[in-house]
Amino acid sequence: MQDLTDLYQSVILDHNRRPRNRGKLPTANRVAHGENPSCGDQCTVYLRLDGDRIGDISFEGSGCAISQASASLMTLNLKGKTAPEAKAIYDDVHKLVTTGQVDEGNLSDLAALAGVHQFPARIKCATLGWHAALNALKGDDATATTETHKD
Amino acid sequence: MMNPSWNNVRADFPILHQQVNGKPLVYLDNGATSQKPRAVIDALVRYYERDNSNVHRGLHALSMRATDAYEGARARVAKFINATDPAEVIFTRGTTEGINVVARSWGHAHLKPGDVVLTTEFEHHSNLIPWQQAARAAGATLKFVPLLGVDGEGGPDLAALDKLLTPQVKLFAFTHISNTLGTINPVAELCRRARAVGAVTVIDAAQSIGHVPLDVRAIGCDFLAFSGHKMCGPTGIGVLYGRRELLEKLAPDETGGGIVVSVTYEDATWKPAPERFEAGTPNVADAIGLAAACDYLDALGRDQIAAHDAALVQVAMKRLSVLPGIRIIGPRAGAERSGLVSFAFEGVHAHDVVTFADEDGIALRGGHHCNQPLMRKLGLTSTTRASFYLYNTEEEIDRLVKSLQRIQKFFAG
Repeated sequence: MQDLTDLYQSVILDHNRRPRNRGKLPTANRVAHGENPSCGDQCTVYLRLDGDRIGDISFEGSGCAISQASASLMTLNLKGKTAPEAKAIYDDVHKLVTTGQVDEGNLSDLAALAGVHQFPARIKCATLGWHAALNALKGDDATATTETHKD
Repeated sequence: MMNPSWNNVRADFPILHQQVNGKPLVYLDNGATSQKPRAVIDALVRYYERDNSNVHRGLHALSMRATDAYEGARARVAKFINATDPAEVIFTRGTTEGINVVARSWGHAHLKPGDVVLTTEFEHHSNLIPWQQAARAAGATLKFVPLLGVDGEGGPDLAALDKLLTPQVKLFAFTHISNTLGTINPVAELCRRARAVGAVTVIDAAQSIGHVPLDVRAIGCDFLAFSGHKMCGPTGIGVLYGRRELLEKLAPDETGGGIVVSVTYEDATWKPAPERFEAGTPNVADAIGLAAACDYLDALGRDQIAAHDAALVQVAMKRLSVLPGIRIIGPRAGAERSGLVSFAFEGVHAHDVVTFADEDGIALRGGHHCNQPLMRKLGLTSTTRASFYLYNTEEEIDRLVKSLQRIQKFFAG
């Protein structure tokens, strides 16, 4: 087994202990919910779209340190982005958590998720919030589940 | 532990003697599935090497040997649960299939609009969803016996049960031992009360089979379902026990070969139980493996196994309950509970606990334990569960406690 400190990096532990942008967003005009049925993790993402940009974003939910930290990091990285920009960031995150390969310049603090690729069972934890956010951007209010999406 | 033969119990289980992540394996996920003794593994190999054949319809030597072994397994299981007649033992894939067969066959034949199906607030999804489906299909209502206590420590509300058990209740389904709480239900008492209003009883014995002595006649149930793999037997085999009188009136759930007396292009007539409920080629090898598991457990003594489980869980309760920020659900320390402890740590999610314990070679389970409504009721999303069996030791509980302390320290930063 890989060293768990690769997975639980200090950035992850910090975001798990002190999640950023956690809670309902009163001004939200988009909401989407994500569930991981295999473990019961849940994540609701609230977005306020100002024109084509994410003016504000928050999340609520419960899950392991990886899922909570990833959602917290996500809110910091998606604020101010357009939908195509958000999708591009997610594509990089997806590549990171499935292969461990990262273009450091693109991802900055999200690089803390690199350890996830050594723990295939945890990829769904790391991507749950992102699925919900992308659904919210699409205006799709169906529950995102990690079972119907490709990781 | 309590009798000399227990000293060698761990030697009977080949899988226990391995390292996981560089540490000796501590297997504490017995609520999910138990490990298999050499005697069961050998029974499977012996069957495939010597006797493998299809059963019931063959006249050659191998087929007759396989049929004898398969029907012998049925008789062995009947004795294991003290059924009156081997014909009351239907082989299934497991507990889930057994409950579904009753929900579909019995439910279809007997449930009407206005009827009530009663269950409890702390059933595994496999003893909840089939009743949701059956009640919905019939226009019947599903009701629940409340669970008492903020941590579910009070067990089923027996005073509420008396009010709920009206003549409209046609069926009462409940677990023997809760897979999440460790609560041991007073099953004989529940059956007695249900019988008084004419309700049919269905017991989910998945967690009790092979852990405590179990006698279907002393319990007085109508149906009882369990899985082989949680009692040292193979996966893919389970049992639905049904009182013969009820089985004889029940139509098959699945149809096909092996269950019929006479077939025309238009229609078919059914064999009696148990064949009526075993369409297609049955799981012969695993039924034989299950019988070997019955032999193994009875040689040790199920009362001894129950005492061993009970002693371990009391040690675990004592050691775990003093950990900071822990919330243990189910019966309180000192109260009767089965050999499992389910808990939540403040600030550390169950999946993180399980991942760290695995690094220490310890197998635990984290999640909702197929008990989502119960988790919601208790204000939880998941717990970590340590579940014990006959081969676990106090030293393993030491390892568990040390690992949990390390986890708490890591996440406290």
